[in-house]
Amino acid sequence: MRTIFFILQKEFLQVFRNRSMLPIIFVVPVVQLLVLAFAANYEIRNLSVDVVDHDGSTWSRQLRDKLLSSGYFTLHRQSYSQQEAFEDLEANRADLILTIPPHFERDLVRENEATVQLLVNAINGSKAGLAYGYAANIIGRFNRQVRMDWLALDEDDGPEHIDITYRYWYNPTLNYKFFMVPGILVVLVTLIGAFLSGMNIVKEKEIGTIEQLNVTPIRKHHFIIGKLLPFWIIALFELAFGLAVGKLVFSLPFEGNIAWVFLFAAVYLLVMLGLGLLISTFTETQQQSMFITWFFLIIFILMSGLFTPIESMPAWAQQLTLVNPVAYFVKVIRMVMQKGSGWADIQHYFGIMLLMAAAVNSVAIWNYRKTV
Amino acid sequence: MSKAIITRNLTKRFGDFIATNAITFDVEQGEIFGFLGANGAGKTTAMRMLCGLLKPSSGEATVAGFNIFTQTEQVKRRIGYMSQKFSLYEDLTVKENIRFYGGIYGLSHQQIKSKTEELLGKLQLQQEAGQLVSSLPLGWKQKLSFSIAVLHNPSIVFLDEPTGGVDPITRRQFWDLIYEAADRGVTIFVTTHYMDEAEYCNRISIMVDGKIKALDTPAKLKEQYQAASMNDVFLQLARAKPGENNSSS
Amino acid sequence: MREFLVFVRKECYHIFRDRRTLLILFGMPVVLIVLFGFAITNEVRNVKIAVLDQAKDTYSRQLTDRITASGYFTVDRYLASEKDIEPVFREGEVKVVVVLPPNFGHEFYHGRKAPLQLLTDASDPNTGTTLVNYANAIILQYQQEMTGKVTLPLTIQTASRMIYNPSLKSVFLFVPGVMTLILMLVSAMMTSITITREKELGTMEILLVSPLKPLTIIAGKVIPYIALSFIIALTILAMGFWIFGMPVKGSLLLLLLECLLFCLAALSLGILISSLTNSQQTAMMISMMGLLLPTILLSGFVFPLESMPKPLQVFANIVPAKWFIIILKDIMLKGAGLRQVWQPTLILGGMTLFFLVLSVRKFKTRLS
Repeated sequence: MRTIFFILQKEFLQVFRNRSMLPIIFVVPVVQLLVLAFAANYEIRNLSVDVVDHDGSTWSRQLRDKLLSSGYFTLHRQSYSQQEAFEDLEANRADLILTIPPHFERDLVRENEATVQLLVNAINGSKAGLAYGYAANIIGRFNRQVRMDWLALDEDDGPEHIDITYRYWYNPTLNYKFFMVPGILVVLVTLIGAFLSGMNIVKEKEIGTIEQLNVTPIRKHHFIIGKLLPFWIIALFELAFGLAVGKLVFSLPFEGNIAWVFLFAAVYLLVMLGLGLLISTFTETQQQSMFITWFFLIIFILMSGLFTPIESMPAWAQQLTLVNPVAYFVKVIRMVMQKGSGWADIQHYFGIMLLMAAAVNSVAIWNYRKTV
Repeated sequence: MSKAIITRNLTKRFGDFIATNAITFDVEQGEIFGFLGANGAGKTTAMRMLCGLLKPSSGEATVAGFNIFTQTEQVKRRIGYMSQKFSLYEDLTVKENIRFYGGIYGLSHQQIKSKTEELLGKLQLQQEAGQLVSSLPLGWKQKLSFSIAVLHNPSIVFLDEPTGGVDPITRRQFWDLIYEAADRGVTIFVTTHYMDEAEYCNRISIMVDGKIKALDTPAKLKEQYQAASMNDVFLQLARAKPGENNSSS
Repeated sequence: MREFLVFVRKECYHIFRDRRTLLILFGMPVVLIVLFGFAITNEVRNVKIAVLDQAKDTYSRQLTDRITASGYFTVDRYLASEKDIEPVFREGEVKVVVVLPPNFGHEFYHGRKAPLQLLTDASDPNTGTTLVNYANAIILQYQQEMTGKVTLPLTIQTASRMIYNPSLKSVFLFVPGVMTLILMLVSAMMTSITITREKELGTMEILLVSPLKPLTIIAGKVIPYIALSFIIALTILAMGFWIFGMPVKGSLLLLLLECLLFCLAALSLGILISSLTNSQQTAMMISMMGLLLPTILLSGFVFPLESMPKPLQVFANIVPAKWFIIILKDIMLKGAGLRQVWQPTLILGGMTLFFLVLSVRKFKTRLS
């Protein structure tokens, strides 16, 4: 036990003495958290729109105003030339063009029907889909309103209908940050756990001190614990720090007992540290270890449901997420923080995490013994 | 006098390549034993096996009375080691390095404290105790490395080319440290390239292509090969290589 | 020139000897393309829902059938009472609960108004709203079926056209994105690490005292990485073309020249980083945080720039990747020529020049 204490002492000294390490541990995560929370947003706002109004009637102006007051669109150019508007679209200055034909109002009344045209720049497919959805929705609502006004109807006079009411549970204000920030915290913790730990061991290999340690009576498991424990502690500290920042800056909801998050993180980190250790056993240089870790982490993170829901993935990809530790932690931290899930809800995932920790670490230690 | 190291036909193969070919020798307790050979002759491999860093392919060996196959833990407690590569942490201070290595060899806080004082005094490093090791000149680092390697009073110290790249004066001082340790009864097992250093040893062995070609006191070796210096002895042995080359692939 | 070639050859040895890194360099774009192409999507498909059917009449059953038949939703379970809703959401599998009132059909035909509740797990607000929209559309369709087809007066039709990408494929976005990311990774991160590595190992000093000019040393170090970047860029283009049908409408030559320009920008950033630090670890962290993260986040590749707060949008302008992605998309999808992309090209070129001059000067001052 005393040996571990001495290794820990040395590791902490080294971490805190490294001038580039301190900002990496304390400043970068905060910046990352803030930037990511604002940047990682699929919500589409401020789409720039060109309106080509050939009609110039009351209704055509009303339709334009409805579009612009929705908050999704900002007017880039009001034009009378389709050509001009299309050039804007081509040059990325406009995301969509709403063209209102001549005699729009007259046709609507006389013919009972009129057509407006929407041209959408669809290079970004999902954005275009949403933009179209918003616009079509606004036009539809405008249509209903015009109809009611013109026919002087009110809701109850209309035909039979299903009256749909919505309730958004757990996030009634639809605040995207409540959803993203816990996920980002997972990424931060993961980076520290897997990256720094692996590189730290490879560094001793690279500078040759590992040789010196191997001739000392240090037990292998003492060495491993001593090397990894600091990052376990730092990562948990980072989590607490990040949660505090999240609470202060974004008023993050803490619906459930935060102890479950820490308990889960503690085991999750064992998996990540084990992964770092495993990678360090078959790499010789920090560059290699970094690249391999990066490779795995990017796959883990992309497939974790952090940015896009796991349910949307094809079946084979969903199967893959079953062995992705990041996916479990992202899921659990969101469950506990947003829904107030308790032990009964997460125990299943906790068990899986324990199994993973045991598996990864056994392989890593077995491999480590073999190499030296 | 008991034997510090005994090897019998100690062999290490890497695939087809035989790095160390059935070497057999004894090292007496308290002796300074020089281990010479050209680069790639198998010195480092032999040393690494004795330190428990490599598992031998065949043969037998005991270090400080313990079997290097089965009792590596006990072996490691009784040896000190200083490698070619500089083995202190550059980003720790002198004092912190001493405390760390003392700690992992199981010295108590009291012992570490007194040892640190003693060591700093001997090397006259009191002023630099709080400085980062990276700021010390190479010669001082090497002396510090050695002192740390003998910190836990090992019965044998293995030195792998300890004076590489160091100026002659510092080398002289370094050897003073070695003699001092030998006087206390510590066995010194040292590999070197410097033939003048070979003369400082009690006995030396010369390895060529994985085999021990000669083993005796420097005086006797010079007599046997009718050479003026160890350098000549070494050159004669190394040049005799063709014709009896039997192991390299 | 001869010395220079010798130097380039040495650098190539470094790259090709390190099989693991090489494998990852080539494996990474392939894996990323496959993931982005097939796995990373916001599409709604087979989302599990629960139904609390208090009516259990023909209409409520028909409606449930319609919802499942859409392919967007599958009914995971039927709930018995409102009490079951909360636990079902908390488990996390079910995303939407449809609550049908007692006498659903009766209310509809006789009360002219049948209330229906859509409860959704909005912990992911995007998915939440998307699901509600989909369900809403299905229900409205069914409503029309129930009332029979009536043409409504005063109907505004919307004719829409999706320009450049009629089928709304996401591949058009991620092929340029992945290309940018990988070029940045290889050119900037690899060079910064390879140079700091020589510093750490002390071999840099040996090179600097050799008769080679510092500029030659830098060039020798980076040329193999430019070659590597190009091979990878072509691999990605080929995969995009053959696997996902991503066209290159504009000139391939122009596209490659723009790639070269971006590589140069990235390389000079890499050299700049390596002149700031002596340790691989730090170099890696700086390139990761300072280059890769902005490339992923602020280039419009993953997240739309328009919806970010103003300061981030302004900051995005100094991210070279943003301009490169614009150029790539214009050339590949719109068939733009230099006349259309001269503006972003000029900006990118200006940045490259700036970074190049800065890094060469930094590199020189470190020698003295």
